[in-house]
Amino acid sequence: MRKPLNWRSISISAAAPVVSLLIAAAITSLLLVVSGFNPADVLSTLGGRVGDSATWIDTTQRAVPLYISAIAVAIGFKMNLFNIGVEGQYRVAMLATAVIGAAVSLPAPLHVLLCILVAMAAGSLWATIPAILKVQRGINEVISTIMLNYIAIGLTAYLFSDVFAVRIPGELNPKTKELPRSAWVPNLIEDNLHNLTGFIFLAAILGIAFYLIVFKSRFGFQLRASGANPTAARTSGINPKSMIFRTLLISGAVAGMVGLPQILGDKHTYSSDLQLNLGFDGIAVALLGRNSPVGIAIGALIFGFLDSAGRFLDLESIPKEIVTIMQGVIVLTVVIVYELARRLRERTVQEAASKMLEAGPTDAAAVVA
Amino acid sequence: MTATLVDSELPAPGPASPPFTERVKALKAWQRSMLYASVGLLTLSLVRVISGADDLTSSGTIGAALRLAVPIGMAGLGGIFAERVGIVNIGLEGMMILGTWFGAYGAYQFGPWTGLLLGIAGGALGGLLHAVATVTFNVDHIISGVAVNIVAGGLARYLSVIAYDESSGGSATQSPPRKGQIGTVTVPGLSSGLKSIEDRHWFLISDVAGIVRGVTSNLSLGTVAAAVILVASFLLLWKTRFGLRLRSIGENPYAAESLGVPVLRIKYMGVILSGMCAGFGGAFLSVVQASIYREGQTAGRGFIGLATMIFGNWRPGGLTAGALLFGFSDGLQLRSSSSVPALFLFVAFLCAAIAAVQILGKRPKAAALTSVIGIGFLIAYLTIDTVPGSLTYCTPYVVTLVVLATSAQRLRPPAADGQPYRRGEAH
Repeated sequence: MRKPLNWRSISISAAAPVVSLLIAAAITSLLLVVSGFNPADVLSTLGGRVGDSATWIDTTQRAVPLYISAIAVAIGFKMNLFNIGVEGQYRVAMLATAVIGAAVSLPAPLHVLLCILVAMAAGSLWATIPAILKVQRGINEVISTIMLNYIAIGLTAYLFSDVFAVRIPGELNPKTKELPRSAWVPNLIEDNLHNLTGFIFLAAILGIAFYLIVFKSRFGFQLRASGANPTAARTSGINPKSMIFRTLLISGAVAGMVGLPQILGDKHTYSSDLQLNLGFDGIAVALLGRNSPVGIAIGALIFGFLDSAGRFLDLESIPKEIVTIMQGVIVLTVVIVYELARRLRERTVQEAASKMLEAGPTDAAAVVA
Repeated sequence: MTATLVDSELPAPGPASPPFTERVKALKAWQRSMLYASVGLLTLSLVRVISGADDLTSSGTIGAALRLAVPIGMAGLGGIFAERVGIVNIGLEGMMILGTWFGAYGAYQFGPWTGLLLGIAGGALGGLLHAVATVTFNVDHIISGVAVNIVAGGLARYLSVIAYDESSGGSATQSPPRKGQIGTVTVPGLSSGLKSIEDRHWFLISDVAGIVRGVTSNLSLGTVAAAVILVASFLLLWKTRFGLRLRSIGENPYAAESLGVPVLRIKYMGVILSGMCAGFGGAFLSVVQASIYREGQTAGRGFIGLATMIFGNWRPGGLTAGALLFGFSDGLQLRSSSSVPALFLFVAFLCAAIAAVQILGKRPKAAALTSVIGIGFLIAYLTIDTVPGSLTYCTPYVVTLVVLATSAQRLRPPAADGQPYRRGEAH
């Protein structure tokens, strides 16, 4: 009795991402046509990079920090907490890691470990502020993390340029003291064009840990229960304040690691040419991946690929910025299509249930159960 | 200046008796804001005389503060329109970005006024997108806002490459300058007289002269337009039937629905009006303040607007005060960054005043805490010579967090703010 119903549900879920990508492609094409470009050119340029291994190395390289950032956001999402503050948390963590990492000397593995711990602690610490404000004062974390993002931007700018930056003669950009070699994390792949950071392992570990903690642990159950039904969770003895606190701190700790590939793997210093806005992009990737570790990986790779392959659009004299629009449109269509799919599923369940009710009370009980 | 000075020269107004706090509470809103404004002004003059930072109330600073307050206030007004129909608008920043781009494009092609109008239209486009997602499809408001910000940023860059890259004076990240000028007004017969008073640096009198001169001389017509929009919005929201309906939706859409209010349509109007305000704020940045579009021009002002709206308790009056305050701290930094530490003294005085009120209200613990904070600011004033711009940049955000943390129970957002609504699904 339940099987055909389930299949319909599953097909709706499977169709949703495909449909939303198609709609996003249609909207983007429309914009391209209106502005006098041929969408087919864009498609062939982007499609032409699919078979190119260098593009995939670059895609993965770009996907790693996006993945970490999205995992940080997803942890909060799982209990309906919006950590919009990943941006600020990772900026603070990058500066802390670069400064503290350069100030100590340790054997290589320990040094790297220390830097990772510093990054996590710094991210967590910055996330403590919205956690306290929410638990003690009931202030919505969306507002406080947005404010704290900008405070972090101002604060790191000040600390960097007025306190920690050292001027190196002959170099244009100010930098913090360079990390000793023992803190460098080598690249997995290194050719003259593209690198693949060793932090891909960290990303993989985080993905697995996310799965185990959120879906297999007691804490994860409490987390999801609090997100799904706060009242029921509270009455069953889950302390909502402690859940909020722990979730934001864990989210902040993961957010702290977003900048590690740049600091330990690439630049080995905090400078003014670091890649920023990864925290904001992480929100989009987490939404795209529906807060599941595999989905987020796919989302991060899609964003990474669009960024990487998008650069080749300029060679065809098509503005590569169309890629950013595409990313935003994808997020919107994915969210809208999933909402519609949810309504559709709800309706199929309701229809089936009412059919059962007409058939007889015992069968109906079986369907509802 | 020692700590004892703060205690002996309290700028706390009026006779000191317990009913005082009750009497202040009993005042009408406008009377209370007049009282606060006069206390603020007195303190400010006192601070200026003590610190010698004459730029605190100079007409130049006030003029700059006013100019800088406009985009923040307009974004905040956009926030009010959206949240009063129950839609949280994180997308204000994106709508402002559209405003800067379309504003600059219109000003470059046709002239500044067309630019401002096009900027409003651009913002409305962002509002429409947010409305489609949140009102029609019930997408979470925060998610939709984030997406609007991404799309708007991408669209502005994309359009810049197409429209400006090959034009003379423009580039992929910058528009050519606007065509023509935007006029200014000066109230005749005031400026020179006020200037001579301002230059005497008398206590209070020169301060008033500086402030009056700041708001009456070389006032951009764009600023005047913003003031008109602000007043018109207030009248629309609080004095018309449409406004009452609009606000009722933010409080209880199902009750409004049961009375025959077209909830979905008015929600759309609220969010689009929100985008229009943010768009005007953005266009003001690129057309009036800068005369070109530059990438990243909004620099988070949409979010400062959001902060200002919260600071102002979702009301136009409070919003105006917040926008002027944040504009003032920006303007002071811009005009005379060496005067910024004088603001620490100002805050120290304010803390002393608040502590005095708290003692009168028999809240010794709170008074002790406020005094400690005040003394901290006094020490900061005595020891710090200059405040780096990157820290002044944080001011609005820190102030908003402090306001939220200390008076969250007095803030009252619309009751149904952020909640999904589907027609006919009242519970």
